[in-house]
Amino acid sequence: MSVSEYFDTMDYGPAPESDAEARAWLRTHAKGFGHYINGGFTKPAKLFDSVEPATGALLGKVSQGGKADVDAAVKAAAKAQPAWAAMGGPARARKLYALARLIQRNARLIAVVEALDNGKPIRETRDIDIPLAARHFYHHAGWAQLQETTFPDHDPLGVVGQVIPWNFPFLMLSWKLAPALALGNTVVLKPAENTSVTALLFAELAQAAGLPDGVLNIVTGDGKTGALIVEHDGIDKVAFTGSTAVGKEIRKATAGSGKSLTLELGGKSPFIVFDDADLDAAVEGVVDAIWFNQGQVCCAGSRILVQEGVAEDFHTRLRARMAKLRMGNPMDKCIDLGSLVSPDQHARVSGMVDAAVKAGATLFQPDMDMPEGGSFYPPTLLTDVQPTAEVACDEVFGPVVVSMTFRTFDEAVQLANHSRYGLSASIWSETISQAMDVAASVEAGIVWVNTTNVMDAAVGFGGVKESGYGREGGKEGCYGYLKPKAWAKLPMRKPLTRPTPSGGLKLEAIDRTPKLFIGGKQARPDGNYSIPVQSPKGDKLGEVGDGNRKDIRNAVEAARGAKSWGQKTAHNRAQILYYLGENLSGRADEFASRIREMTGASAAKARAEVDSAIDRFFTYGAWADKWEGAVHLPPMQGVALAIPEALGVVGVICPDEAPLLGFVSMVAPLIATGNRVVAVPSAAHPLSATDFYQVMETSDVPAGVLNIVTGDAMSLADTLAKHNDVDAVWAFGAPELSTLVEEHSIGNLKRCFVDYGRQVDWHNNAVAEGEVYLRAATQTKSIWVPYGA
Amino acid sequence: MTRLREVQDTAPPHARNAGMPLDLGLVAAARVNRAAAERRAASLPGRRSVKKDAQAAWLLKAVTCIDLTTLNGDDTPGRVKRLCAKAAQPVRADILERLGMADRGITTGAICVYHRYVATAVEALKGTGIPVAAVSTGFPAGLAPMETKLREIEASVADGAQEIDIVITREHVLTGNWQALYDEMRAYREACGEAHVKAILATGDLKTLRNVARASLICMMAGADFIKTSTGKEAVNATLPITLVMLRAIRQYHQLTGQMVGYKPAGGVSKAKDAVMYLALLKEELGDAWLNPDWFRFGASSLLADIERQLEHHLDGAYSALNRHPIG
Repeated sequence: MSVSEYFDTMDYGPAPESDAEARAWLRTHAKGFGHYINGGFTKPAKLFDSVEPATGALLGKVSQGGKADVDAAVKAAAKAQPAWAAMGGPARARKLYALARLIQRNARLIAVVEALDNGKPIRETRDIDIPLAARHFYHHAGWAQLQETTFPDHDPLGVVGQVIPWNFPFLMLSWKLAPALALGNTVVLKPAENTSVTALLFAELAQAAGLPDGVLNIVTGDGKTGALIVEHDGIDKVAFTGSTAVGKEIRKATAGSGKSLTLELGGKSPFIVFDDADLDAAVEGVVDAIWFNQGQVCCAGSRILVQEGVAEDFHTRLRARMAKLRMGNPMDKCIDLGSLVSPDQHARVSGMVDAAVKAGATLFQPDMDMPEGGSFYPPTLLTDVQPTAEVACDEVFGPVVVSMTFRTFDEAVQLANHSRYGLSASIWSETISQAMDVAASVEAGIVWVNTTNVMDAAVGFGGVKESGYGREGGKEGCYGYLKPKAWAKLPMRKPLTRPTPSGGLKLEAIDRTPKLFIGGKQARPDGNYSIPVQSPKGDKLGEVGDGNRKDIRNAVEAARGAKSWGQKTAHNRAQILYYLGENLSGRADEFASRIREMTGASAAKARAEVDSAIDRFFTYGAWADKWEGAVHLPPMQGVALAIPEALGVVGVICPDEAPLLGFVSMVAPLIATGNRVVAVPSAAHPLSATDFYQVMETSDVPAGVLNIVTGDAMSLADTLAKHNDVDAVWAFGAPELSTLVEEHSIGNLKRCFVDYGRQVDWHNNAVAEGEVYLRAATQTKSIWVPYGA
Repeated sequence: MTRLREVQDTAPPHARNAGMPLDLGLVAAARVNRAAAERRAASLPGRRSVKKDAQAAWLLKAVTCIDLTTLNGDDTPGRVKRLCAKAAQPVRADILERLGMADRGITTGAICVYHRYVATAVEALKGTGIPVAAVSTGFPAGLAPMETKLREIEASVADGAQEIDIVITREHVLTGNWQALYDEMRAYREACGEAHVKAILATGDLKTLRNVARASLICMMAGADFIKTSTGKEAVNATLPITLVMLRAIRQYHQLTGQMVGYKPAGGVSKAKDAVMYLALLKEELGDAWLNPDWFRFGASSLLADIERQLEHHLDGAYSALNRHPIG
């Protein structure tokens, strides 16, 4: 077109970014890319194609990593780790700082290669992904500098295996590497097979910058390579970002291994628009929520919930806005959307949309210029969608948003939370009291108030429910790459030898065989069986109910119903914990003699256990209103709140030893932080817990907050771990118990806190109480609230 | 909240905004989130970019939308005449020739002066078709007696001004006296007669974006042909976030009534690159129908010189200097 024609049409015209330097770099690797192991590149082997999604052209050839490659990488990482940790925080800080600067110096090259490799617009890699990647290294250089003073009681984990997705190849690499390396770990990282190239570019740059050999290793390949890393014995931690299905496989594969695990998985995040919102801002929010990176974003706001009275207006504005979106070659600086990552992804997205339309959804796609070839899919709005539709429940991972309406505040929250996922939520309302109420009520790891899809290295990122666990970013994220020093020294637990029944009886004068304690009442066990409790000599001390899966079901229902516990003030919960301690102390002698009967402990030891249990209630009563959050400082005008929230309903399998103290040590931190508990007491010595019913009954513990089911630990643990309405399981005991719980937790991806058969000394405060337990009892919710009048 | 409807028919070009009865519900419902507006404005330059021939065309379009302005205490007839000459020939003839635009009659959108120089400008621009705009109603503070302000409008119209840039009484916005603002604007519109009226909101004085949205809606309801950001004398003048809010108000009013209203950012737009972003935002938020001097103006004095330099650079690939382009 001529100037004159442009003058008349006022079209934008093409605005291409040069790819010359990126092509020149790619040409130097025309023979293919090897893995980066122990500071050098391996000879390219077993090559597969990496394709440019926008054109289908070959970008480069990448090696498929096999067992030998992964072994070599893990070995190199293990060898490098002690020196990397011993170098100290400040020395590592300088290395991290150098990596941040290196990213900035090469920002445009990385951005262009990334856009070519992934198909996303150069605007996004240039303005968002790469600057944020550098920011992650800067931020975590700071944590390295401060590590010795901020985390004096923690050590690095060791060798970390990281498997990252294709949607933000370079950003995810930085997001994973920066905290791991900063805190003294070494890494074996596998990029997604579709998008490996910027990781190798980074390795090349890091090598030139003098990162010590073996600290960073990159093995490329498909899911099989990822599995080799995940299952490798030399790996101390797995950090995975990707689909919920693969996340579950990883949880299963690592069950009982003792590997630390962080999963950042899928979502179907609500985007809630109230009638008092700035509707145009909310429309623009949808653009950022679902058309950022073609909707291939785990935290994408893919489920609009709009208040019925403004729904028509909102949809009208949204459709008008969609008509202005531009799609094109990723190298064009004048587009909003590029290509999906692959033809497979295109087929998946279009398949889900077609099915939704067939099921009655109303489709809107703007009339727009679509580039030829490549995996381009237009921005899509589906209305007249009911919550029953697949497209309303499942993650599409494409530029497709569904919109539904709600009537009231309560209904908005109910619809928002009615999902297996819980990654993020975006709330649009100009009334702060309403917006903050939703922020508190919504089940999500990240909440954005009047904004969406903003992320920063200083603010924890991660989900609840089936969106995964662990946080990345901020101080909360650092703990994912550290282990408590005190815990590292725990010995393996010696199995308790059960005495052979002597036939003797030491029953009390009047039989008081305890029932179960469910919903604030003593309840007869469903099966109506009892199991004997023996003294160390084998004398029968009494019987307890033999709880079964139906008793667990009832207990979980009672706990689910006690939701108001989490909404009580922390002061209120503290009062009840103190009261438990007070009432326990009133019956200290009785509890001490019971411990003696069951365990054969000396009077002094039994008394010490009771005193420690009382102390523990006081400790967590103290913590209840002090386990507080933080205000993070991301680069924006506003606040980013980090709030520790209760997990919900938690199943607890108590250890056999320390029948009272073990039980109290596990239950108290959970209820102090607002969880409701279904506890299975020591199978060998259950009577301390059953005696405790009366303490609860006199201490104002609301019904359903603490439920106790006696019985066989392994089978009850099995039921709890598989129960999809239980949010977490804490299980201390034999190694097999840890394996069982972790393996069976995958139904709804419960948080698991297990000891892998290690013996906690319940009298040693350094390992038996405090922040480790509080951290396991809560998860951080990040609430972003930008402001401006 | 008033429901918006989708408007099928766009008003014919040059149709004037007739206004509508004051709808306080619409004003009360106006909500603007500043952080979101700033985010949108900040991301626009990354999302839209115009290069090469398209860029030259867009810059020439910007020239045709300039209200070439002098509003200084030391203005004289000689100064105003010089500016008028520049308005009639804003870009060097050889540059227009090489761009293939010699026959397109490129002039600025208007000349903008104080009442005292309206007659001078009208005389100087005779035969060019370029309208003269007069700032009025006690510009810039707008606190003269109402009678004086109305007489000032009538005097400028009598001298040949085709456009009147009025200033609103900021007090009415800051105290929420929407009826008074509506009545004032109505009176100005009436006094203008056939002359088009641009309502200067002095957004820098209104402070909040919600105030900007509300004042925009009221002035349009009362019949403003254009809404304009600033006098150029406030501490904050035209910005992209303010523009975003005013454009969205125009769109809302258009959807509600089918009537188009023009937009004029003033003060602070002095770079060619910035001008392109304003045009892009207009294109994105309102549409191509607004991308011409009937519906869009820049209130600017130094923007033109920067555009001239960029046009020459486009042709020769060498950076240009101010002294290579005739002064205005």
